[in-house]
Amino acid sequence: MNGTPIISAKNLTKKFGNFVANDNLNFDVYEGEIFGFIGANGAGKTTAVRILCGLSFPTSGAIKIAGFDVYKQTEKIKKQIGYMSQKFSLYDDLTVYENIRFYAKIYGMKTKEIKTKTEDLLNELNFAHARDKKIRDIPLGWKQKLAFSTAIFHNPKIVFLDEPTGGVDPITRRQFWDLIYKASDKGITIFVTTHYMDEAEYCDRVSIMDQGKIVALDTPVNLMKEYHSRNMDDVFIKIAR
Amino acid sequence: MSEYSVIISNISKSYGDVSAVKNISVNIKKGELFGLIGPDGGGKTTLIRILTTLLKTDTGNATVEGFDILKEYKKIRQIIGYMPGRFSLYQDLTVEENLSFFASVFGTTIEKNYALIKDIYSHIEPFKKRKAGDLSGGMKQKLALSCALIHKPKVLFLDEPTTGVDAVSRKEFWEMLKNLQQYQITIIVSTPYMDEAGLCDRVALMQQGKILSIDSPLNISKQFNKTLFSVKTENKFKLLTDLRNYENMNSVNAFGQYIHYTDLSNSNETNKLEEYLKVKNHTVIKIKKINPTIEDCFIELMKQ
Repeated sequence: MNGTPIISAKNLTKKFGNFVANDNLNFDVYEGEIFGFIGANGAGKTTAVRILCGLSFPTSGAIKIAGFDVYKQTEKIKKQIGYMSQKFSLYDDLTVYENIRFYAKIYGMKTKEIKTKTEDLLNELNFAHARDKKIRDIPLGWKQKLAFSTAIFHNPKIVFLDEPTGGVDPITRRQFWDLIYKASDKGITIFVTTHYMDEAEYCDRVSIMDQGKIVALDTPVNLMKEYHSRNMDDVFIKIAR
Repeated sequence: MSEYSVIISNISKSYGDVSAVKNISVNIKKGELFGLIGPDGGGKTTLIRILTTLLKTDTGNATVEGFDILKEYKKIRQIIGYMPGRFSLYQDLTVEENLSFFASVFGTTIEKNYALIKDIYSHIEPFKKRKAGDLSGGMKQKLALSCALIHKPKVLFLDEPTTGVDAVSRKEFWEMLKNLQQYQITIIVSTPYMDEAGLCDRVALMQQGKILSIDSPLNISKQFNKTLFSVKTENKFKLLTDLRNYENMNSVNAFGQYIHYTDLSNSNETNKLEEYLKVKNHTVIKIKKINPTIEDCFIELMKQ
């Protein structure tokens, strides 16, 4: 990897009282990279992601997102990023089109641009027929693909994905990763947390957190070599146990 | 005595227009660790709620340990343990209070069945004065399992106990289930994680309310009737695209760092494929014949 990092975290620390949720994290993520953020429940992933999204301040450390400072420029950061979570992404009682328009407007896109881009997107996803359907009436797999496409609709520099593929069938899960690869190919940086260890292997690099610290950070292939493991599942279990 | 713990005959259930379970029949043996494997919307939860007598079927019938799910639901409730998908203990009671409560509801005590839960409960016993709501995810899961076991049920139903749980906790949880098998408890567990199928004695692969296949994980793998290869080159995204455009291609699926590939010709021959990839400028080409995983089988069954 080369060039200027799009995410740069130096000595990122976050404390809640005496509890150190993020303990001196150091990592860079580069443009177009698919970066996996793995760790046990409670390892501190969510805390770190919230800081990187400009939703919470670190206790100390120097962190820049797309060149902006997480202490002073959180509003600028928010414009440069997209976010998708499995738990909440789209509004159930709005239609497919209304959801897209809602998000696009929040990011300040012009009505005309929204219109043409929506048609392109719906055609690309083969969703044109579902344009006026309410989100609650479409299958989970579609929702996830749509949620991802909405999260990158304003062409952010980075998209954060929090457990994006939970609960979908194996074919849909792979179609979802096709969208991720495409976005990465276009230069969008993908920052993804997941519990599926095979998905960790789809990432360019993976960081593994344990008790607030980053304990491993490398390409999946190098991690498997280093830990004498056949897959990331083994690597993770060796590290976290 | 029947060799079966649970007998399900032609069960269907709809919610309005949505058909959640479509004419399902399964027999589950006594003491078996049986997996309901599939994505959301597969019908796993509906089936479990029917068997735990929380939901009525539209058509069909089932028995649990010989008791009819409609006529004898009260008897069933006394002999089953149930861990629902959502954490459903009392958040503002302590660990110990929750466990005592469940024991007393079933007319027993913690002491009486302690041996059964010891392996699981001992992990959280140091925190027994803590409120259940303040436990970590992994500890909540252990408490919920302890509560579901405290009356020594004959059949244990677990609805997605490992969803959203990290790989280490998942592994520990399955070790606990394996240990429970020595007490001859029938365990019915649902999961969306395909890799967990291999840990069950038998599984039902479920998709959109239907069962795609019921068998041991090994036998399901044997039914995969194509020659399967894992393929790897330096550029994965390009490999995915190029394989999809290959004229002999039958299926292409990403599996971790590898791509699983089947060919129309279905032979063991890999020379042509290797040539094609070379022409497409791939380097460090690795092609290897492999045995299918449950996920390979699931994908194949979904297409049929």
